[in-house]
Amino acid sequence: MNELVPTHETGPASLAEPIWKIRWKLTRRSLRQNWEIFKESRIGMLGIILIIAFGIFGAMWPIMINTVWDPMVYDPVVGFDPMMMHPSPPSGTHLLGTDPIGRDILAQLMHSTGREFLLGVLSALITVVIGTAVGTAAAYYGGLIDTFFMRIADIILLFPFIPLLVVVGAMVKLSFLPFAIIMGVLGGFGGITIILKAQALSVSVRPYIDAARVAGGSNFHIIVSHIIPNVLPLSFLYMMFSVTSAILSEATLSFFGVLNIDMSWGMMIHTADVAGYLFDFARYWWLWAPAGLAITLFCAAFYMVGRGLDEVVNPRLRKR
Amino acid sequence: MALPAATESKDVILEVSNLSKYYPVNQGFFTRQKSLLHAVDNVSFQVNRGEVLGLVGESGCGKTTTGRLIVRLATPTSGRILIEDTDVAEIKGQDMMEFRQKVQMIFQDPYESLDPRMTIFDIVAEPLNVNGIGTFEEREAQVEEMLSLVGLAPPSAFLFRFPHELSGGQRQRVAIARALVVRPSFVVADEPTSMLDVSIRTGIMKLMAQLREDLGISYLYITHDLAVARYLCDRIAVMYLGKIVELGNSEDIVKRPLHPYTKALISAVPVPDPAIDRPLPNIKGGVSKPIDPKPRCRFYDRCPESADSCAEAENPELRDIGGGHLVACHLL
Amino acid sequence: MDTLLRLEDLTMHYKTKAGWVQAIDNVSFSLHRGQSLGLVGESGCGKTSVAMSIMRLLPYNAKLVKGRVLFGGHDLYTLSDEEVRQLRWKEVAMIFQAAMNSLNPVYSVGNQIVEAIVTHEPETGEDEARERVKSLFELVGIPKERMDHYPHEYSGGMKQRAVIAMALACNPSLIIADEPTTALDVIVQDKILREIEEIRRTINMSMIYISHDVSVIAEVSDIVGVMYAGRLLELGPADDVFKRPKNPYTYSLMNAYPSILGEKHDLVTIPGEPPNLLDPPTGCRFHPRCDWATKECREVEPAWREITKGHYLACHNPVRTEHGTAHNKTARRAPGKGGDGIGTSGGN
Repeated sequence: MNELVPTHETGPASLAEPIWKIRWKLTRRSLRQNWEIFKESRIGMLGIILIIAFGIFGAMWPIMINTVWDPMVYDPVVGFDPMMMHPSPPSGTHLLGTDPIGRDILAQLMHSTGREFLLGVLSALITVVIGTAVGTAAAYYGGLIDTFFMRIADIILLFPFIPLLVVVGAMVKLSFLPFAIIMGVLGGFGGITIILKAQALSVSVRPYIDAARVAGGSNFHIIVSHIIPNVLPLSFLYMMFSVTSAILSEATLSFFGVLNIDMSWGMMIHTADVAGYLFDFARYWWLWAPAGLAITLFCAAFYMVGRGLDEVVNPRLRKR
Repeated sequence: MALPAATESKDVILEVSNLSKYYPVNQGFFTRQKSLLHAVDNVSFQVNRGEVLGLVGESGCGKTTTGRLIVRLATPTSGRILIEDTDVAEIKGQDMMEFRQKVQMIFQDPYESLDPRMTIFDIVAEPLNVNGIGTFEEREAQVEEMLSLVGLAPPSAFLFRFPHELSGGQRQRVAIARALVVRPSFVVADEPTSMLDVSIRTGIMKLMAQLREDLGISYLYITHDLAVARYLCDRIAVMYLGKIVELGNSEDIVKRPLHPYTKALISAVPVPDPAIDRPLPNIKGGVSKPIDPKPRCRFYDRCPESADSCAEAENPELRDIGGGHLVACHLL
Repeated sequence: MDTLLRLEDLTMHYKTKAGWVQAIDNVSFSLHRGQSLGLVGESGCGKTSVAMSIMRLLPYNAKLVKGRVLFGGHDLYTLSDEEVRQLRWKEVAMIFQAAMNSLNPVYSVGNQIVEAIVTHEPETGEDEARERVKSLFELVGIPKERMDHYPHEYSGGMKQRAVIAMALACNPSLIIADEPTTALDVIVQDKILREIEEIRRTINMSMIYISHDVSVIAEVSDIVGVMYAGRLLELGPADDVFKRPKNPYTYSLMNAYPSILGEKHDLVTIPGEPPNLLDPPTGCRFHPRCDWATKECREVEPAWREITKGHYLACHNPVRTEHGTAHNKTARRAPGKGGDGIGTSGGN
């Protein structure tokens, strides 16, 4: 192996810059290029704008409660405005009105935004990490591992988990964090595994995988350096769709009141429902419309970003 | 199968004996009966140190499978592959690392054999990285040296580009650099020029010839193109339906083909001269697949010269008919 | 002779995000009835675009900048869409690249051809069309009892034959074959080319072959046109062009590939890579890769002129050597010019 010591005649190897700096520049450039493609997608841009808007909206909560709003009145859970009858329609002091027990709707909406982000992103992250790992392993190793994970995915896909959680929730009330984790894990072993496995399978039969094997790469090296990087764009895309499904599940279960969450968009509608105001929904619109709209727009925003990313990830979809 | 005699006298780098690879295939949708596709069937040959052996045949003749068996991308059904006297099938653990440095492969499609998410530097350095060779600076020097050796100069202009930013010819040069960066002694080249344009192809062919001179590499050069094989190879083995039907010096094969299949193959190659009127290739029918083949000569059904005795006889074995020219035919 | 097809200064550009791609630039030639023309060039040289222009099957982002395509005296680009549709298949048919994959897997091969006939010639009855398909199958060498088989039951060569039968179905006077045998093995390729040529001679049809393979073109063409970077560099009778190539590119292309005949000879390397047609080189488009290039070549676009009867050339500095002695030139080449020449760096 002595001949492998550099026999360089043009002097010692010299990169103009340290390698990490070059890699960082390359990453930035590729992000910029992808952003250029993403920008072309109107629906994707609309999604981004909506997410930013929700972000600002959510970030305003700590500012408002610490400066403008009196916590006694505006606290989303224990606040109460003694100056008026409840539920009160939108007015100068309560821009979106109050709920049946005298809490400010706008404050509740703002307070919940941050948690919805946390819930959605956390569970989507868990989903994608599990989905990518399981999908790649199933594709690469095949055989028993593949069969095992695919059957689990089938079970999760076919089993009605939301109704089950409603039933289970009647006995054990899940709090926020365990719920996010359960949603993430269910998603990760469910449908996304099948999609990511298909992608990993198509990557793993490419000649460059053979080339890596001939180069001497171990299974671990091939999975980590070749298959996962080529599956990740799709994982990232499905992460957006996972956010949507996590938020929707949370809203559904909160509406049934089976989650141990003090406040969320689903909870707001639940409150209106248990107090009986949804029977006259047109008159008491402010009790359900803001939260409903927020859920819809929030889910739509991530879905739209996913659609935009789809054009980055699948060049075939691009408009020429 | 008797191996040709002169095995010991020359320095043999690759010795393949009685190599077979069968793939199970499902014949019908409802039948459970398994058939076997004889992709490579009882093939024996050897490559001497510093030599280029061409493996020529039509698509589906088993030439690529043979190459994949040699680099251990597939495991043989039976038979033995010795590379520098090491049995490829028995390499394990640490020895595998050494094997991967000794034996490399260049793939056909330069658009598919480079990971689109890696830079040229990472691609060429990969064999060094995974085998833990050298420090980062040493690897970098190796990569730069290899890139200029394959004609990608100056290397700094290519190091941090991605495969999609390069042309087909440049990509194939990168693929060659990756295969050669560990200084292998034996390389399997699977049609490295067939996907390239004519003007680029010549450059790659010359490069392969040049690198053989400079680095003393032995090649197994897999191709469907006899003219390319003639240009690059010392000897040519012609494969038909999983069997070698003829093997000999390139000029002998091209100028004095003896097997009826080789004759037909050569007469079918178009020539760039309108004045030449080629004779009609003497061959019947089309290629079938070697699924559960009869034990007789594989070429029997298409052979223009077949005798009645061929129908009954076992498949002919390669025989030396003098001067290292081997033919598998009953009629010679 | 009777001129069937005539291209006059055809210039066609594609609009892309990065700008206008000058895909075809001033291409002129004419083709007589019963003649075969071979267009040879590397990928991206515009040969397929020329074929598509003749079929008037251009993509939406293509723009005919100037020039005319005259087919049987009609300017194709002044006809209505309906009139062009009438011409296609009945007058001009095309065999596409990788045509084997253009058969619809859910219909039997015979039915697809019957369908094509009935669509283009509504006056033909289905039974009559079936009869015609039978004789077409005989012509291209497929047993006629295989008419009702599906594409997946055909081998690659048979599918290609079926596609040729489909192109012949409406008795066109011109067939354009774009790389008709590229995906096939040599023995099948040889058979199919021979069959096409025989049919062409029998029914006195014109043919345009498009290929990257000089040898294939040499075998089947009466006239050869060499394209590079959107331009025709040389066009003339096949014997003439192959014996006495005048353009350095033609010359290099013919000697770039090893031959199975004669003695083993040194190969000519063409340094560099084809240009980007968004911004093609000035003057002659081949000059950056040409060993013979002069100042004039770099600055002035060479005119398309007739040098001997029927032999056209665009070059300021033609090759003067004869084909046989031409290899001397190889030895005198400067070694390792540009990125694609080897020899720039020695071994270690």
